[in-house]
Amino acid sequence: MRIGVITFPGSLDDVDATRAVRSAGAEPVALWHAEDDLRGVDAVIVPGGFSYGDYLRAGAIASHQPVLRSVAAAARGGMPVLGICNGFQILCEAGLLPGALVRNSGLHFLCRDQRLRVESTATAWSSQFEPGAEILLPLKSGEGRYVANASTLAELEGEGRVVFRYVGGAPNGAMNDIAGISSADGRVVGLMPHPEHAIDLLTGPSDDGLGLFRSVLDALVG
Amino acid sequence: MPRVVVDVVPKPEILDPQGQAIARALPRLGIDGVLEVRQGKHFELDVDDTVDDDALHRIAGELLANPVIEDWTVRRVEDEAVRRP
Repeated sequence: MRIGVITFPGSLDDVDATRAVRSAGAEPVALWHAEDDLRGVDAVIVPGGFSYGDYLRAGAIASHQPVLRSVAAAARGGMPVLGICNGFQILCEAGLLPGALVRNSGLHFLCRDQRLRVESTATAWSSQFEPGAEILLPLKSGEGRYVANASTLAELEGEGRVVFRYVGGAPNGAMNDIAGISSADGRVVGLMPHPEHAIDLLTGPSDDGLGLFRSVLDALVG
Repeated sequence: MPRVVVDVVPKPEILDPQGQAIARALPRLGIDGVLEVRQGKHFELDVDDTVDDDALHRIAGELLANPVIEDWTVRRVEDEAVRRP
């Protein structure tokens, strides 16, 4: 299985995402923001960082790059896509996921290990978890507060598309304590915390993050 | 060269903690009575004659503003104000 990891100017976590893909047993493939060629990958990860320095809005400029047009077309065809942190912001800006991520309600950049509850295992990126499982992932973001209008929120909740929820309340003020959501077909997932930083106990607070990368391998084989 | 101004502000229902922080700082200037502050963005574009109103609204709605969280207005400064149809 070949999983692409996009690098934008200002991406930080593409290297850890690449390492996580390899740890899960897949072949990572480097993708470049300015090219529309997805190199025949089976899935794509849009990693964290500060693409384009967060100019204009976090993710806004990255969402208009050539590689995102190809990712959007592939996602419409059912290809699994995972957006982590800035990648989640980019997927929302690109319209692949509903809603938006805005400045934390407390204004502070948050950097901490964060407990999450897995609310849906019906997505390409969460099938390996037990329903309701609590996992521990690093959270590091200044614009992580998920917002959406009332009808979008009701749709997400009603269709079981809230995939990850903050345990003990959202530290950034996210609506409904939402940490991660999926597309209607469950193939596109975005979350603010960082699974790629939690793949072994030497470098992370847990190895819970591996579950996302192993899940997509199942989705691709199935 | 025509000048176009695009103003972008958070929608009323979106919490604006930056605006709130500014509002809380104002009494330190000795100024009371400011009830609310909303922080937005102001863009000035110099455009040639090929950029029509449709193009300006695309610029504003597809890049300068995120319609999920922000409202925006477009106006030609030396011309009549234009607004979203």
